[in-house]
Amino acid sequence: MTEKTTTIDKIREAIRSHARLSIDIGELPDGADLYQAGMTSHASVNLMLALEDTFDLEFPDHLLKRSAFESVTAIEAAVSEIQAELAA
Amino acid sequence: MTLSIDRDETLLGGVHRVAVEVAARHATDVDRGGRFPTETIAALREERALAASIPTELGGGGAAFTTIAACCLELGRACGASAMVFAMHHIQLISLVRHRKPDTWVQDYLRRAATEQRLIASVTSEVGTGGDMGRSIAAVEPSGGELITFRKQAPTVSYGELADDLLVSLRRTDNAAPNDQVAVLSLRGQHELERTGSWDVLGMRGTCSPGYVVSAELSSEQILSVPFATIATESMVPVSHILWSHLWLGIAEDAFDRARSFVRAAARRTPGEQPASALRLSRLAAELSMLRAEIDSGLRDFLAWGDGEDRERLTTMAAILRFNNLKLVASEHAADVCRGALEVSGIMGFKNDTPFSVGRHLRDTMSATLMIANERIHQTNAGLLLIAKEA
Repeated sequence: MTEKTTTIDKIREAIRSHARLSIDIGELPDGADLYQAGMTSHASVNLMLALEDTFDLEFPDHLLKRSAFESVTAIEAAVSEIQAELAA
Repeated sequence: MTLSIDRDETLLGGVHRVAVEVAARHATDVDRGGRFPTETIAALREERALAASIPTELGGGGAAFTTIAACCLELGRACGASAMVFAMHHIQLISLVRHRKPDTWVQDYLRRAATEQRLIASVTSEVGTGGDMGRSIAAVEPSGGELITFRKQAPTVSYGELADDLLVSLRRTDNAAPNDQVAVLSLRGQHELERTGSWDVLGMRGTCSPGYVVSAELSSEQILSVPFATIATESMVPVSHILWSHLWLGIAEDAFDRARSFVRAAARRTPGEQPASALRLSRLAAELSMLRAEIDSGLRDFLAWGDGEDRERLTTMAAILRFNNLKLVASEHAADVCRGALEVSGIMGFKNDTPFSVGRHLRDTMSATLMIANERIHQTNAGLLLIAKEA
């Protein structure tokens, strides 16, 4: 299992627990729009908190925007960006 | 550059004149009767102020956003209801303009709206959603061929019966999630409004905003291509908060001016002796200064973060918090200034038929914390504050 796959799995797990989608995240591809799948602004905040806890990082303000949490792919990109900055 | 400054000054001058000569003259009657400010809207139409926020290349006035905000303030000084109709109309129009795509039905509509100075009302709230604009129950339904239909229960539609066109938020399809919304623009003749309540209210009586069941049949090309969530975050919400704040400030400014006139009249009667009311006026002036500063700051932030093509910063939590705070602060403090003006002028302000009357001002600004309920905005902000860092 690659590091990226583990990250994606953790993201999907956080979505399953906190995003309150109207369908199971298992049925959605990585690029699917989470808002269209039922994630409200309120649920997205809970998801963000869960992701910060899971990955032990903080989302900076410039990444706390709608598009950064639009899909599994978008979230993975945001998490990677922060992790790269932390490692640098 | 010179041309657009002249154009903006001309527009503002014209709206100022309408405010002073028409809106102010009818404000008491509009309020007492709870009637639409027909004369003022007609005069604004003559000034071509209704199409001011449509770009000149589409036949509109091409006014800067700051000018529209200034117009809301000027109208607010004269008549809160007139200012609110003007503001609500431009909120819808500016949202259409900011999210238009070339060669679409919406773009053609904007040309028509400019020529005819059409008035637009908003149907965004819905019975059963608890005041959450980000959720819809009613959905777009297919109606055969290119046609679509909808039926929405709106708890309130400001000047719905007086408007030409309606901008309506709906679920994308009958299967869509509640927050998967689109915006639809329905034209006069395409929709029916079945009134479901009354509008006999404490303030903003002339906005004529009872509830309606809104139903329509129209073309699918009248669905805006940009999702409603994007329109709301990038335009409708911040623009609403800014234009409302400006009109509330206008009402508060007029209340303060009346209080100041009262104090000056008292001082002239006893030169050399500062009237007690002067001290109360000073406290009021300090509060007004803070209110002006926050409203000006909100406008500047919007211009810096999203008046142009790049609007992503407006979708950050920091921006959402900022423009929510603008509304929370302005709604409370505008009403506080009006209340303070009453305390300065005493019985003369309390009476409805003196030059110092501020009853209408107080009642009109008391609508501010209710539209949308500040408690709801605080709930949203409380959630955002759990994760936002510097905001």
